[in-house]
Amino acid sequence: MAAADEFGVLTKAFTGLGVDEKSLISILGKWHPEHKQSFRKTTRDIFIEDERQFERWDDRHVQKLQQEFLRFKDAVVLWTMHPWERDARLLWEAVYKGPKYGILVEIACTRSSEELLGARRAYHSLFEHSIEEDIAFHIHSFEKKLLVGLVSAYRYEGPKYGEEVAKSEAKILKNVIKDGAKKLHEEEEIVRILTTRSKLHLKAVFKHYKETSGNYLDEDLGDHLILKQTVQCLCKPETYFTEVLDVSLKGIGHDFAKEALTRVIVTRADVDLKLIKEEYHHLSGFTLSHKIEEIANGNFKDFLLTLIARGDQEN
Amino acid sequence: MSTLIVPPHVPSVAEDSEQLHKAFEGWGTNEHLIISILAHRNAGQRRAIRHAYAETYGKDLLKDLDKELSSDFERLVLLWTLDPPERDAVLTDEATKKWTKSNQVLVEIACTRPSKGLILVREAYHSRFKRSLEEDVAYHTTGDFRKLLLPLVSSYRYEGDEVNLRLAKSEAKILHEKIKGKHYSDDDVIRIVATRSKAQVNATLNEYKNEFGSDIIKDLEHDDDNEFLPILKATFECLVYPENYFEKVLREAINKRGTDEGALTRIVATRAEVDLKIIKDLYHKRNSVPLHRAIVKDTHGDYEKMLVALIGEDDA
Repeated sequence: MAAADEFGVLTKAFTGLGVDEKSLISILGKWHPEHKQSFRKTTRDIFIEDERQFERWDDRHVQKLQQEFLRFKDAVVLWTMHPWERDARLLWEAVYKGPKYGILVEIACTRSSEELLGARRAYHSLFEHSIEEDIAFHIHSFEKKLLVGLVSAYRYEGPKYGEEVAKSEAKILKNVIKDGAKKLHEEEEIVRILTTRSKLHLKAVFKHYKETSGNYLDEDLGDHLILKQTVQCLCKPETYFTEVLDVSLKGIGHDFAKEALTRVIVTRADVDLKLIKEEYHHLSGFTLSHKIEEIANGNFKDFLLTLIARGDQEN
Repeated sequence: MSTLIVPPHVPSVAEDSEQLHKAFEGWGTNEHLIISILAHRNAGQRRAIRHAYAETYGKDLLKDLDKELSSDFERLVLLWTLDPPERDAVLTDEATKKWTKSNQVLVEIACTRPSKGLILVREAYHSRFKRSLEEDVAYHTTGDFRKLLLPLVSSYRYEGDEVNLRLAKSEAKILHEKIKGKHYSDDDVIRIVATRSKAQVNATLNEYKNEFGSDIIKDLEHDDDNEFLPILKATFECLVYPENYFEKVLREAINKRGTDEGALTRIVATRAEVDLKIIKDLYHKRNSVPLHRAIVKDTHGDYEKMLVALIGEDDA
């Protein structure tokens, strides 16, 4: 391989999602000091000219790179962990290293009632508090009531629901939204309906809302991201997860977007990743595997692709 | 401490089931037989008897009891025979559908049961009523009451003994400030009482007493006109002094003109296998008369006999 090509390959190995361990080994492993210096001098994105005449590795890049090396390990740990512990730890991080409302909504609303209960139990063991007491104490914003309610729910999961009640609750939501209140997430009836009704009941509410207003409930709640996410997570999680993937794969380079890619694939691999894949393809025109091939590297990439392929086996 | 007396040699489940079936035969019912069996079996045994009865006779024991018995006696036998989580589900369903501002049953069940117990109640509620307890509570209650009751029935409190004293001090201060300002349904008050562990709430109330010299329960008694206050007071009592709370409810049920059978039945049926002995002793201490004497004075017939058997005072 020509030197310039090698520089290109190595740069790619260092940037993007995950690290291309094979290329690092095969290229770096055989380079002499002059090659490495040449690489440093020409790759201005990563190395900067220090006043004391040496090419210094940009601090931020080193930190990002450390994260990228860890990305495979993090994915493996997340995958291997018991789902209850995994979700409890994700909840804790969302409260204490955030607050990240999206993740709180995601876990509270996309897990089954038993899975959420398990996560709450694991939270007791790990952190000696209940998740609801920590959210109530640390989150001061208006979203608190909604979040505490969502995480405390133990929703009925059977087939029965009240058609008439669903119709009337769709009407209630229509009126509240039409009144155009600024703080919709504080509206008592919205919080009551979203935090206590069963998912089947809510799907019926969603359907009646569309039939009577012509709009999709989650779109009408669009100004209040947390409400939109709540409705999506409860009624059509594939849509929610597809949007999360889309944002993270567009390389909007925030760390939480990259972490989201790992989280979505690892937590949905055995649940509804197949549906999510289909919806992603429909939305973006690309397959999920194709996108990941494009922007991810090394073991991290291989691991994600393996998880994605799992869903296909259940054809 | 349970007051339930189970004989050392219990007949087989098949025998018990057969005897109960006999008790329904012919004209009338042999209530004595029903009491002598059911009032002396624990939850696991009662469950096994129900199962055997259904297998042998193809009928639900509870339905047959319902058909054969009536009024207070029937209600006590039915509530008693149910599995504890199911029993609580039935009680919370009634309390929700016929909810009034003075009804304390939801607080009682949400706050005196252990965390896992409350989850079992919610599970039983799903099975029986095809809805969640919290959705019914949210739908049937309003205003400040909903604000308190919904998180109470949804709680899954940490059950460890660990206590954070610094937090207890700061939350005692918050409670004191809000109570003084009569902001009884303030967000922080609800947060503390609905999410903290029982040990933490207990520590907070101790700090309250240390710092401000008075018992929070006493401080919550000053506003007679406020309808919300008794519920808030009951919440603290149930969390931290449940036996005192139950003794008080029993005392008021018995002293009430005409007797509040609903409350009497509920307390005896729900606590007989838990802590009725402690409540009994407290009752005796507070009222200078043993509980069974007060019950005998106030009730009669098979209802009285069943109550007395459950509190461990029949000589059967």
